[in-house]
Amino acid sequence: MSVMTQMDSAEAPVFYEVDEHPHPEGASTALGFWIYLMSDCLIFAILFACFGVLGGNYAAGPSPKDLFDLKDVATETGFLLLSSITCGFAMLAVAEGKAGKTQAWLVVTALFGLGFLGYELTEFAHLIHEGATPQRSAFLSSFFTLVGTHGLHVTFGIIWMATMMVQVARHGLIPANVRRLNCFSMFWHFLDVIWIGVFTFVYLMGMLR
Amino acid sequence: MSADTHASHGHDHHGHGDEHAHGSFRSYMTGFILSVILTAIPFYLVMNGTIENNTITSLVIMAFAAVQIIVHMVYFLHMSPRSEGGWTLMALLFTVIIVVITLSGSLWVMYHLNTNMMPAHSMSELP
Repeated sequence: MSVMTQMDSAEAPVFYEVDEHPHPEGASTALGFWIYLMSDCLIFAILFACFGVLGGNYAAGPSPKDLFDLKDVATETGFLLLSSITCGFAMLAVAEGKAGKTQAWLVVTALFGLGFLGYELTEFAHLIHEGATPQRSAFLSSFFTLVGTHGLHVTFGIIWMATMMVQVARHGLIPANVRRLNCFSMFWHFLDVIWIGVFTFVYLMGMLR
Repeated sequence: MSADTHASHGHDHHGHGDEHAHGSFRSYMTGFILSVILTAIPFYLVMNGTIENNTITSLVIMAFAAVQIIVHMVYFLHMSPRSEGGWTLMALLFTVIIVVITLSGSLWVMYHLNTNMMPAHSMSELP
């Protein structure tokens, strides 16, 4: 008996929470999606490293100065920047709970995204027409891989945007759709961050080589 | 860190929740104007060849790119030490460290390999 009381006073009972407390549905989606974006960032880091290593190996073929037109790249960059801000406006409309306004801004974002893709594909077609194909030199292989991977991401972003427009039209701004739109906006802004690296290291520094 | 997030749970229900940092019209516009300026200057520098020395131009445009990436992270991706209880920032810092190691390591190693291997005739001159 005396032992018991002594123990009680010496160490108050400590309880550990063994069972996990309930998490609302989708609570960890934003963090999980962020970690996906970080892994995507590593893919691009490796492609940038490849371009950094191989970017000067022209194999007596064309160099960036012969191929790139900075005016087109500037327009492309402008399109992507504008799509980034309109995506931000769409998210503001989501926060206000206005489905129609969200849809309208998503359409504008998608159009700027398509404009960007159009410029990029025209550039690729022009390069290939001039014989600057991915097989021509290590520089062109790494260029097409890096810029093409970014373009592929933009393409999937546009598909995602179209899917979300259908979802919002059918179900409105329900919590699940808001969560998906938040993920989409992170993805879209992230692509713009990668593009900063592309126009700086590939295009601008290519012209300085 | 997890202790922090869990401690904050008791007080407010937003600790973990679905909440997402929202920007305001003002913050989006600030980010947009800053990134337009930060994009226009490097393009101008390269297209007009304002700085004679290419190495200096490269360093300047890389600095602009770094600043613009931070602007995008803060104003568009709403990065802050508080979002998701600090985990997003931790993930970002970890990624940045890996990216820096990958990029600088690859460039460093391959540059030295190139300079050591370059002369095509060196192999034939070996005894």
